[in-house]
Amino acid sequence: MGHIEGQLVEGHLAIEAPDGVPVWDVDPYQADILENPAPFYSELRAKGPFVYIPKYAILACGRYKETKEVFSDHERFVSSRGVGLVDFKLADPWRPASIILEVDPPEHTRVRRIMAKVLSPKVMREQAELFQSIADQMVAEVVAKGDIEAVADLAERYPTTVFPQILGLKDSHGQHLLDYGAMVFDAVGPDNEIRRKALSKGGVVVPWIMEQCKRDNLIEGGVGDSIYSYADAGDISEEEAGLLVRSLLSAGVDTTVSGIGSLLFCLAENPAQYETLKQNPQLARPAFEEVLRYTSPVHSFCRTADMDTEVSGVKIAEGTKLLCMLGSANLDEGHWPQAARFDITRSVQGHVGMGAGVHGCVGQNLARAEVGAVLQAILAQVDKIDFNGAAEWRPGNSIRSLANLPLTFTKKEA
Amino acid sequence: MVKISVTHEDGTQQDVQANPGLSLMEALRAANVPGVVAECGGSMSCATCHVIVDANWLTATGETSDMEDDMLDCTTTERETGSRLSCQIALSEELDGLKVSIPDNQF
Repeated sequence: MGHIEGQLVEGHLAIEAPDGVPVWDVDPYQADILENPAPFYSELRAKGPFVYIPKYAILACGRYKETKEVFSDHERFVSSRGVGLVDFKLADPWRPASIILEVDPPEHTRVRRIMAKVLSPKVMREQAELFQSIADQMVAEVVAKGDIEAVADLAERYPTTVFPQILGLKDSHGQHLLDYGAMVFDAVGPDNEIRRKALSKGGVVVPWIMEQCKRDNLIEGGVGDSIYSYADAGDISEEEAGLLVRSLLSAGVDTTVSGIGSLLFCLAENPAQYETLKQNPQLARPAFEEVLRYTSPVHSFCRTADMDTEVSGVKIAEGTKLLCMLGSANLDEGHWPQAARFDITRSVQGHVGMGAGVHGCVGQNLARAEVGAVLQAILAQVDKIDFNGAAEWRPGNSIRSLANLPLTFTKKEA
Repeated sequence: MVKISVTHEDGTQQDVQANPGLSLMEALRAANVPGVVAECGGSMSCATCHVIVDANWLTATGETSDMEDDMLDCTTTERETGSRLSCQIALSEELDGLKVSIPDNQF
């Protein structure tokens, strides 16, 4: 156990394989694995609680138990050293660090509390009509078309329409929001083609995003404006308020794009489940939870061991980067009976599709409100959902999302 | 083992046995107690594991953190004196016999 003397790989200290940990010469960020990760996850879980990946000199875990333990123990496995491969203690992040994602308690608690309040279930309930009216109209438009490209027509279009309104952006630009999300989520991976391509858009997108984070560019009464009200109250600084708006713009779009696309994919792939859902509309909420388990919008994030420690008998050295494969934990047969089956009636509580622990997705109420509204609209208007061509997944360094999803919607007779 | 007496909205009773160390939410979910949704899994983000702790057990269940307090302002069923998020109550032998009731709506 130990470090390879002073050597940095992808911005973190290269560790040696701990005793007894299988060495696996694999690249989890290879495009074909990202497009179809299930076989990789299976092999990862079969090899043991942890594997050592020499290409990046990291440990990876994919079983439910260890993934959840590492991911939620913020004292031993910190986020303040970055949730990607770069260790912020040793190398600079690509942008100033997030003050909510990339910090630890107690500092984290102060800002998380504010974000939890502005994105609370209550706030989302108050906006229910807005979520639903936009969803109803958009679904009516695609149903009228019949044959649709569901990623562009619905999965991207709905969040890029509704989210700026909830946030209160005076100026909105859907493609910039999508591109910035891709930068943030692809930047956590290695310096590969995916990351370079995403970051290459920064010249245009970053200044636009930073501009929208300013108080003057936010409509009164929106979520962004309510963040600034905490700056007025002295709970956070003006600069911190801007960074929290940036966090919303970072994490609020690509994730729900993934959620909506994956929901439609799952329903098209499992027509019997869609029938069950039509007959039991009270299953709509658990159905989305099952989509989260089955597809895991964020397939992985890293943690950094902040001390020498041990998990399931494996010694982990301080400074070790641990790649937590949330997508794999959610498909672990050791935890989920018939894990590979999409089943909206299963007991799905405890999935890590929104993360776990103090860093669990703070925008999850917003995500559920958006996806819930789209699903209600579909249940009301769509009788059948069929594939109209092959679905293609977009390889992302931390997001699992569809690139194309050709579908046919059959209109429900009134 | 810790015994928890659960009262449902319709007045029916249910006893749940759980190991100390679990959260009350985990114990209620493991026993499939209806009405405890716990969508966020314990991240204090969703307020859907809302329970009302019997007045005699309020002290024993411990302090409510600021974050939990904020979230309790967001519950669908109006907050009461004994309102808690069950994910924030750690079960111990001292809580053997705990009495809670489940509100009628979580979202």
